Amino acid sequence: MSTLRQEDSFRLARKSQALRLRAEFTQCLRRRFLEQGFLEVETPLRIPSPAPEEHIEALASDGWFLQTSPELCMKRILAAGYPRIFQFCKCFRAGERGGRHLPEFSMLEWYALHTDYQMLMRQCEALLQSALADTGHSEKIIWRNQIIRLPLPWERITVKDAFSRYAPVSLQNALAGGRFDEVLTEHVEPNLGCDHPVFLCDYPASMAALAKLKEGDPAVAERFELYMGGMEIANGFSELTDAQEQRRRFEEALEARAAKDLARYAMPEPFLAALEGLPPCAGIALGMDRIIMILADAPNIDDVVAFPPETL
Amino acid sequence: MYTASDLRKGLRLKIDNDPYVITEFNFVKPGKGQALYRCKLKNMLTGSQFERTFRSVDVFEPADLREKKMQYLYKEGDKFCFMDNETFEQVYLTEGQVGDAVNFLLDNIEAEILLFEDRPIGISLPNFVELVVTEAEPWAKGDTVSGATKPVKVQTGYTILVPTFISEGEKIRIDTRTGEYLTRVKG
Repeated sequence: MSTLRQEDSFRLARKSQALRLRAEFTQCLRRRFLEQGFLEVETPLRIPSPAPEEHIEALASDGWFLQTSPELCMKRILAAGYPRIFQFCKCFRAGERGGRHLPEFSMLEWYALHTDYQMLMRQCEALLQSALADTGHSEKIIWRNQIIRLPLPWERITVKDAFSRYAPVSLQNALAGGRFDEVLTEHVEPNLGCDHPVFLCDYPASMAALAKLKEGDPAVAERFELYMGGMEIANGFSELTDAQEQRRRFEEALEARAAKDLARYAMPEPFLAALEGLPPCAGIALGMDRIIMILADAPNIDDVVAFPPETL
Repeated sequence: MYTASDLRKGLRLKIDNDPYVITEFNFVKPGKGQALYRCKLKNMLTGSQFERTFRSVDVFEPADLREKKMQYLYKEGDKFCFMDNETFEQVYLTEGQVGDAVNFLLDNIEAEILLFEDRPIGISLPNFVELVVTEAEPWAKGDTVSGATKPVKVQTGYTILVPTFISEGEKIRIDTRTGEYLTRVKG
């Protein structure tokens, strides 16, 4: 055998457990979705404009962009009256590379009409719990020496309470000082989901590009993130269905991007038009590579994909 | 100038007139949040370390470091002696300044001595070195693609994990930044 071929076989052979778990878990999830009447859909990877968000960078592709998420197209399908849809797909984000980030990664997204973020959290925990049980983890799963116990319901904690429990500064002060992400990642996240999965919910309204604000409390958005072992696994919310408000938020994001000299995105007009007819609904994006890391007890995202970009 | 996206382990920056090297690097980003670049930096003169989180808008001054080829002569106490083969000037580095490079340092080899404003402050190894395996358990046939590793010793005395198909007397390439096995060298 040539040395190059031997090295490649060696590298890939070490991933056999993770690659098998990925295939198995994907099939378990797919089966659960189909049982519950979800329609599996496919949307284009290459799109004219991603959702304008201040902190998400798309990769350019021959005048268009590779999708940063399938959100816009999936909500257009939803607006046409399809009540429950899901998709496994690749998403691309420029400049994101680290132990938990790949510039090309696998996303599972699902949406349901006449659902809000509270219902979606229940749906999410039930779905993951049953799919984890299918793969032999009915009571607990161990990731990096942390025993994560799986019985329902999983904990809910608001962003505000999580800051006062774990951070040296209050949510209000972190926001005022422009240090929300820093404090969140350094002090809050490492404590979330270590004993059992946790939903971090009710994000500040300013941190919700496409989420609906909470009824009776417009300072927060009906948005949550699922954490396991201190790692962000999924992000879901009650969808904003007010086209005018959505346009205003996109304009704000586009201005913020222009001020920082970031890539210009066109206003996604067909999506805004579709929003006019979108009933109340909720949707969630789950990082498949991340949850496979937990399943395979892998410390690094590179361990669960056959080809990290550097190996190509 | 460097931008935040240039940051990585091993990059050298000038901060407050001192040269720093990034010893640990972590890219952190909440899905919807801003990218953060969490670095542990080591002062290349004093060895002191600190942690700092940078953002994508931050810019950095490269450290003005020069490398000069010198020959490694001997170790005396805790000093490593190197000689400039052009001027015959001898310079000394401490154990701390040599650091992990000691794992890859053979007598009489040429090494790049790191100069910061003409002062020798450390040793700069190539990213990859090739060393001969001097001690290894024999290779069990049929084990070529199992993904298993075994420890072997190389000629500097350094112990390293390699695939089981590596045998004694073979030359292997090592990444000096991570200290890890990269590949077998044929011939």
